[in-house]
Amino acid sequence: MRDVAVVAFAQSKHERRIEGYNEIEMMMPVVGELWERTGLSANTVGFTCSGSTDFLAGQAFSFVTILDAIGPWPPISESHVEADGAWALYEAWVKLQMGEIDSALIYSYGKSSPGDLPKVLTTQLEPYVTAPLWPDAVSIAGLQARALLDSGKATEADLAEVAVRSRGNAKANPKAQLAGDFTVEQILAEPYLANPLRKHDCPPITDGAAAMIIAAGDLARELCERPAWIRGIDHRVEAHALGVRDLTDSPSTRLAGQKAGVGDGKIDIAELHAPFTHQELILADALGLGDDVAVNPSGGALAANPVMAAGLIRIGEAAERITAGGADRAVAHATSGPCLQQNLVCVLEGEG
Amino acid sequence: MGIDLTTIPALADVEPVRSTKTPLHLDYEYTAGAASSRFLRAVKEKKLMGQRCPKCGKVYLPPRGACPTDGVPTTDEVELPHTGTVTTFCVVNVPFHGQQMEIPYVSANVLVDGADLPLFGLIQEMPAHDVRMGLRVEAVWKDDDELETSLENIKWWRPTGEPDADPSTYEGQM
Repeated sequence: MRDVAVVAFAQSKHERRIEGYNEIEMMMPVVGELWERTGLSANTVGFTCSGSTDFLAGQAFSFVTILDAIGPWPPISESHVEADGAWALYEAWVKLQMGEIDSALIYSYGKSSPGDLPKVLTTQLEPYVTAPLWPDAVSIAGLQARALLDSGKATEADLAEVAVRSRGNAKANPKAQLAGDFTVEQILAEPYLANPLRKHDCPPITDGAAAMIIAAGDLARELCERPAWIRGIDHRVEAHALGVRDLTDSPSTRLAGQKAGVGDGKIDIAELHAPFTHQELILADALGLGDDVAVNPSGGALAANPVMAAGLIRIGEAAERITAGGADRAVAHATSGPCLQQNLVCVLEGEG
Repeated sequence: MGIDLTTIPALADVEPVRSTKTPLHLDYEYTAGAASSRFLRAVKEKKLMGQRCPKCGKVYLPPRGACPTDGVPTTDEVELPHTGTVTTFCVVNVPFHGQQMEIPYVSANVLVDGADLPLFGLIQEMPAHDVRMGLRVEAVWKDDDELETSLENIKWWRPTGEPDADPSTYEGQM
């Protein structure tokens, strides 16, 4: 295996609705920040891979137009995943492992505001017996949360505690959309949005973008004083039909975590892509994280949830903490699909 | 492949489901963006405002906010004339569903003078078979009280009567 590291990460300020800018205009300054910081350009970086979904824009092949934001001329080596940017990172990482290139740009954006997001997400459900009922994404998450509570693995107060910590942590995150001081009692006094989920158990609807540069070996050391080395990365998928899964557990996360080597050393921080509070509890359990692990110091997807970028942002947030010296070993996680259907786990380490 | 339904007595006489319909309808509110919004507001004033790339100097009409070759914002605005050159065209002879024009009619790419990106439009006020590459044309606008924030403000393009443009002036646009 080649040593590959995250050397630079950037993200937009996340907002409920960015009305003045289209996706290109939203993405361009984020990628531009990385070019400036690394000295690389679309022509000198070895590979470019993006993650997004046409369903947010309501336009076929919408990702092609966003290439305008990076200036792909003369023609560049480029790819796209119809998935969260974390999976674009995986593709780029595989490309670097093949040994022909030493660096890659990954970018990802989610402008959720043009459509009705909870309904848009319905289209990713199993199309024969689930999607025709048009359950929205929040209601589907509510079913999972109800299953978790009924299993006795968590209480509503446990969910509220996740919300309190996330909103509190987000106060130190200048890019966050939602932050603030709350108490468990305050949250439990609020009405249900989708029983047993309350407003604070759910992510905000977000417009935002993120980009990352990864590099191998000496180039990584050249571009970054303390690169965040990707020691393990793995992704797994579960059945599409919700009824055949145990929604109170995440076996795909557990397996990906084992393959990525989460348990091979002490974890300082974890950035878990849990759009809903109860999902963080399921993920932390599946990854075997102890009480000493700081979970979602950025505030997580509850603080800002640009769909298709929120997973890549978890990896970027974890990498930035390693680069800044605040952590030596971190686990970052990304999810996609309803009720944590697909999961990617990435273990990052600093050197020395 | 497939399940042998005869082994399940309750399904022995049941017609298998061979297809299912999942109606899908989603509404979107499109965001034009900063550059396109400026362009569309100018079009409402009967102005063609392009944007120039600060790096390569190309002028984009309509502008989308970024130079697609350099990946930088196109910040300089340039007002362009209402004349241009046909770079390529298509004579539409085939009727189709929802058609609003009488056939034959001509769709064309018109390179507005001073722009580096052709606009799509219709060529009218001349026989379809006389339309050619290099034809010099001018915009025919809607009446002033009908102007909107839409490129439909240009109803079509018509010949100016000037001699055809030299192919070297538009060879990079085909």
